[in-house]
Amino acid sequence: MLLKKRKREGAEINGSSMADIAFLLLIFFLVTTTINVDTGIGMVLPPPLDPEQDPPPIRERNLMKILVNAQGLVLMDEQPVPVGEVKAKLIEFIDNPENSEELAVSPEAAIVSLKTQRETPYNIYIDMLDEVMGAYEDLRNSASRANYGVDYDKLKPESPQQKHIKDMYPKKISIAEPDS
Amino acid sequence: MAHFKKKQAGTKQEIPTSAMPDVVFMLLFFFMVTTVLREVTLKVKLDLTKASNIEKIEEKRLVSYLYIGPERLPGNQLGEDKVQIDDAIVDDIGAIRNLMYDKLLDQPKLIVSLRVDKNSEFGLLTDVQKELQQAGTFRINYSTKRED
Repeated sequence: MLLKKRKREGAEINGSSMADIAFLLLIFFLVTTTINVDTGIGMVLPPPLDPEQDPPPIRERNLMKILVNAQGLVLMDEQPVPVGEVKAKLIEFIDNPENSEELAVSPEAAIVSLKTQRETPYNIYIDMLDEVMGAYEDLRNSASRANYGVDYDKLKPESPQQKHIKDMYPKKISIAEPDS
Repeated sequence: MAHFKKKQAGTKQEIPTSAMPDVVFMLLFFFMVTTVLREVTLKVKLDLTKASNIEKIEEKRLVSYLYIGPERLPGNQLGEDKVQIDDAIVDDIGAIRNLMYDKLLDQPKLIVSLRVDKNSEFGLLTDVQKELQQAGTFRINYSTKRED
């Protein structure tokens, strides 16, 4: 006579502590996560200069030369300007609402040249660049509001509207090499 | 004596917890995916400057970082300004050209994020930028914090 097989107990893994384990892992990843968005000022460098080719001619009135020294003092077209007024001056230069002979012919033609010394601390340079970016931001925003009723950054990326505003106020910023 | 029977709903007053592990696992996976466990070990001191007119970099995979700042020396001392790419300090500025060119071949839409200490001098940065021009990596981003 064959022995009756013993009835097996159901092989089960105790799952009650699974939640605890998952919580532990969750807390670890919660603590280590840094959801940091990288922010900064975007720029596009120009291609390297060909030494044999002369740079294209630029009319003097279309060029705004900003010089910043290591102490953070600013010269705009040979005039000393306090840092707080740089943005307003730039907007006036680019937009030229009164069609002054001294300022840019049109916003498309305006070029802002930023030049510093080698010893200039980086934060002074960024502060200046920030002012220039701020001037363009203001101009684009007001143009966008006048045309489409919304701020520039609310326009859809790559849309014809955004392109229109961008073409109206192209950012032409030249970072000049410092004299050593 | 009248006996009042306590009114009670017939159902159990318990929240079913059997789905809790699933919920927790879902959260866990979210954080696992978004976590960046290790960034590069910085060999230079980095204290970013602040600016207000900044933009976000949406496509993080296009970004390659370049660090400039005073070198960290043993004993909590700071040395001269140095350039760090990935995990190593690049002493020879001229080598940046090849390093960045190789990165550009891997990722044609490369954005170089320049993370520069706020007190380092502009001179070194302009040398680096000249190298980037030679390498053909024209899209750069001056990494800054948001000004409050």
